[in-house]
This record gives sequence, C-alpha cells and structure tokens, in this order.
Amino acid sequence: MEDWTGTLVKMASTQDKSLYVLLYRHFAPKVKAYITRLGVSEATADELTQETMLNMWRKAHLFDPAKAAASTWLFTLARNQSIDWMRRQKYPEYSLDRMEKSLEEASDPDTAEKHVSSYRMTQVINQLPENQAQVIYMSFFEGRSHAEIADRLMIPLGSVKSRIRLAVEKLKLTLRGEA
Amino acid sequence: MKINHHLDESTLVSYVAGSLSQGMALVVATHISLCEKCRESVIETEAIGGALLEQMDSSEISDTSLETILSQLDEEPIAEPEKGVTDQSDGLVPPPLRSYIGESLDSINWRRLAPGFAYVDIFTEGAGVCRLLKVSPGKSILPHGHRGSELTLLLRGSFSDEIGRFAQGDIADLDDQVEHQPLVDKDQGCICLVATDSPLRFTTLLGKLLQPVTGF
Repeated sequence: MEDWTGTLVKMASTQDKSLYVLLYRHFAPKVKAYITRLGVSEATADELTQETMLNMWRKAHLFDPAKAAASTWLFTLARNQSIDWMRRQKYPEYSLDRMEKSLEEASDPDTAEKHVSSYRMTQVINQLPENQAQVIYMSFFEGRSHAEIADRLMIPLGSVKSRIRLAVEKLKLTLRGEA
Repeated sequence: MKINHHLDESTLVSYVAGSLSQGMALVVATHISLCEKCRESVIETEAIGGALLEQMDSSEISDTSLETILSQLDEEPIAEPEKGVTDQSDGLVPPPLRSYIGESLDSINWRRLAPGFAYVDIFTEGAGVCRLLKVSPGKSILPHGHRGSELTLLLRGSFSDEIGRFAQGDIADLDDQVEHQPLVDKDQGCICLVATDSPLRFTTLLGKLLQPVTGF
C-alpha cells in the first residue's frame, strides 16, 4: 500500500507539485465517484471534485496526521464541498483541522499504523452483514437521514439506529486494532 | 465541563456522513465543540468515511482537469488555521453556534411563548425545527414523544427527566421510543438548543392544543 498520508504530509511541507500530482491521480477519481453517488450531475461532480482537490492544496498544512489518514481527511473535504453546494448553506462543522495552537507542535511522521487500520477497515466493511452494510451505505453515499432510511426499508427508526450502532461497533474495534 | 450525556453512535454516523438535517447538524457540532469524548468518536467515525472513500471505484477524470488545476495552484491563497476552541465560560456561545446567534447568551432577542417559556428560531425550513428555548426555573415541559429524532443540548442550567439529570454541555439524543417530561431545576432557568427532524408529538390534551403554537 502506498503511504498516502505520508505523501500528503510531505507535500504540505515541501509544496512539491509532483507529490500533488500523485495524490491527485489517486484521490480525485475516488472523490468524484463519491460525489457522483450523492446524486449530482456529471458536470457538477467534476466541478466539486476540482474544488475539493484545490482545497487539498490550500489546506494541506492544516492536515493533522495524528488525527486522520489522508483518505479520511479527503473524505471530509469532499463531504463539506458537496453539502455546502447542495444546501447552499454551510454544514455546521466542528473542524478537525489542526488548530492554531497545535500548528507549532511537531507532526508525527509515524502514520503506518493508521494505514493498516484503514486497509483492514475496508475488509471489515465488506464483511458486514447485508442489512448493516446497507444502512451505512445509505447514510454515507445517499445522504439519507435515519427517518428516510426507516421509510425506505419499511423498518422502525429504532432498528435503523441499532443496525448502524452494530456496524459502527465492529468498524471501531477494527480501527482500534482489537479485531 | 463534566459531560454525562453523549451523542448516540448512530447520530454521529449521520453527522459524519453529512446526512443530518441542517438544524440537527448544528446541535451536534455545538455539542462536539464542548465534548472531548464525542470529538474522539467523530474522529473514529470519519475514518469509516475515509475507508469507504478509499474503496470507491474510480471515476474517470480527464487529463485537462489535472492540467487546469496545476496551473491554478500558485495563485491559490493558503488557508488560515481556524481559531482554537476557547474555554467555555458561562454566557459564552460555543463557536459553531456563534454565526447564528452571536457570542453571548445574555443578548438574545427572545420571543415569549407562554409564561416561563421563550424561544428563538434558528432554522425553520424543512420538516424539522431548530430553536433555542429558554425555560424558567422549576417549570416543566409537557410530556411528549417524538415521531422522529430529537436532540436537546443544554447550554445553561439543568433539567431532569425520566432518563436522568442533564446539565450544561449534556445532550439528550432521543428517538421515537422515548416519551419524556423534562422538569427544569429550581435554582436557575435553562437555555437549550433543540432540533427535531419532524414535529414533536405531545401526549396530553393541553399539549395537543399548544402544539400549533410551539411547533415542537
């Protein structure tokens, strides 16, 4: 596996455009696929993807490898870009970017552990029972609220929540390296 | 700030996925700014989003897109870091909420609803509501259930209901299984931020009569 997190950190400190190209080639097609699944037109998906990738450049120095892998950070950039566009209103956010205070602290170059987890997590997502994977996908890729999912699947709201809870429990155990 | 009541994992997933209503997302963001435990939880939940992104099949991106963007990089302004979270002294509005109601809880233009109750609407569009509610000491909110979900964040004061006691920073994250009757503590009034994804359903006759007025 490529160390995308390390590449992002390096790009941020060196402003090296060849690293930007590597990151762009890896992430832009995925970001576009994610945005497209939210149900926007091809042209809009292109535009939002470009904006997201520009933000990757502009905000790279705020990326904190101690908090997230590169893919996680890119996910949040793409999500915010899409929601803000769809709602024409900023999604209320508590930013996980590096805060002013922590900017002076040395960054942690040891990100290998998060990467293994991220890879492992993909496997665990693929192994979730169908009904749990479904509610996770409907939340993340279709932007549906619990109530909408309940209506769509014709199950009680409480069942939607408990399915999500079960799925997340497994995923978080993986993330903490306990499963 | 000692926080005892946290967000449900399933609510955090919706928030992180970007699938919460604007009002509910605001309540979640505000709670997270106060609550270290939920902040940690958000970081973990976002990693799920990252893993999902990593396993996406790639869409086609044209080479010109990359060239266009490369030509723009030099002109791009570098983003400024956000201000760090300040300590929460009483009366100060948590950062995510500030752009909606200003910095102080003491300079809000309340609308009177009934004796002992006042409110301000924050979002009114969509099926749900998001509003700030101020209740006088010792007052009780009518028993009510919910058709959908309801988030209540305590910004000042405290109340108790069937679930427990809620104080500053605590969040009540309730779904349609719960019926409760919050009673505000006697020593001081409470201010809370409430958001629902559908209108509340009061269980008493008086509640039914009041519902069109309160909208909750």
